[in-house]
Amino acid sequence: MNGPVQSAAGQGLCACHVCSLVSRRTHLSEAAHCPRCGASLHFRKPGSVASCWAFLIAAYILYLPANLLTMMETGSLISYRKDTIMSGVVHLWKTGSWGISLVVFIASITIPLLKLISLTILLVSVQRRSTWHPRQRARLYRLVELVGRWSMLDIYVVTLLAALVQLGSLATVKAGPAAVAFGAVVVLTMFASMKFDPRLIWDPLEREKL
Amino acid sequence: MSHSAPLIACHDCDLLQREIPLNPGCTASCSRCGAVLYRNATDSIDRTLAYSLTAVVVFLIANAFPIFAIESQGTVKGITLLEAVNSLWNQEMQSISLVVLVTTVVIPALELFSMAYLLLPLKFLRLPPGYTLLLRLMRMVAPWGMVEVFMLGVLVSLVKLTSNFKVIPGVALWSFAVLTLLLAAAAASFSSRDVWNRVDRITGRWVAS
Repeated sequence: MNGPVQSAAGQGLCACHVCSLVSRRTHLSEAAHCPRCGASLHFRKPGSVASCWAFLIAAYILYLPANLLTMMETGSLISYRKDTIMSGVVHLWKTGSWGISLVVFIASITIPLLKLISLTILLVSVQRRSTWHPRQRARLYRLVELVGRWSMLDIYVVTLLAALVQLGSLATVKAGPAAVAFGAVVVLTMFASMKFDPRLIWDPLEREKL
Repeated sequence: MSHSAPLIACHDCDLLQREIPLNPGCTASCSRCGAVLYRNATDSIDRTLAYSLTAVVVFLIANAFPIFAIESQGTVKGITLLEAVNSLWNQEMQSISLVVLVTTVVIPALELFSMAYLLLPLKFLRLPPGYTLLLRLMRMVAPWGMVEVFMLGVLVSLVKLTSNFKVIPGVALWSFAVLTLLLAAAAASFSSRDVWNRVDRITGRWVAS
């Protein structure tokens, strides 16, 4: 780079979030639209921190029923079990399906926790206008965006099993109340990470330089 | 670095930079945060169009045929994705059923059909009506298409079922596997920058180079 490090916003320039065209915002008070694609322009996502917190707190609350209640009920002539997410993983491990058990553990337990904790760290650091390891935090955010969707795995498994086994009369599989809570956690954390604006990580750095 | 090169702001850290020419297959990363700014994808529009059109056909097959079937008491019962969604709806799990329907059927269908609708005219240097709206819509819904996660879900269910039932894989199982690969290939070859450059060439606006 030649010249000092500068952000677009510092120059009164704004990049469109849809088509990436950089344009100058002249009337700061009015709502601006991208001259190329017509999407509304913002220097930063509006209400980013507040709405991200809202989604995140809702996800934290639902995280409890998602892990404590029954995810799946399985019954046959000889056995009947109610499984939470964790006991389902343990059951898979004990019955010898180590690989699958590990996949489910990562998708249903590690990833949701990683998302909740990472987004909390990102939000707190942004609110404190921290200048601590911005590049690492930017990578953390990209990781959250990348892996978040995979926690939907258990929802699909429950859907397929419940629908298929319903057809056979001897065995039953039913989705439990935790499925709804868990689905909500996944959707809410996805909304939270979409609402978070990674550019806020870098803003305090520029102020410091000036 | 020439000063006629167009300005670009990093979408992750808002650093203002100038575009540089790239060799085919290379990517430009932000000099501050390391995010990928743009790629020089070879024949982006042609390749994405080819993958999308193929994926449309495979998508229809994947939804029309059973994913797998189980054999119990001598009868074989198969299930399609839509039947699974419907069955969950009838089991008082409407919210989950809707999430599954939207993430595995509605959004992928929307993405594939809009991709074909946009890229086919663009290839022949025509602008399809409503292209700005569709590109904005596609940008918005992109994170919610989860065919690859669903594919993993199918595999996990398959393993879970084989311990208790005789499972017969269906046509849609293979179709979903192929669809996952095609979607990944389409996503890898798609470049929003190339689409907008093509649009600019047609409209004659914002032409920088």
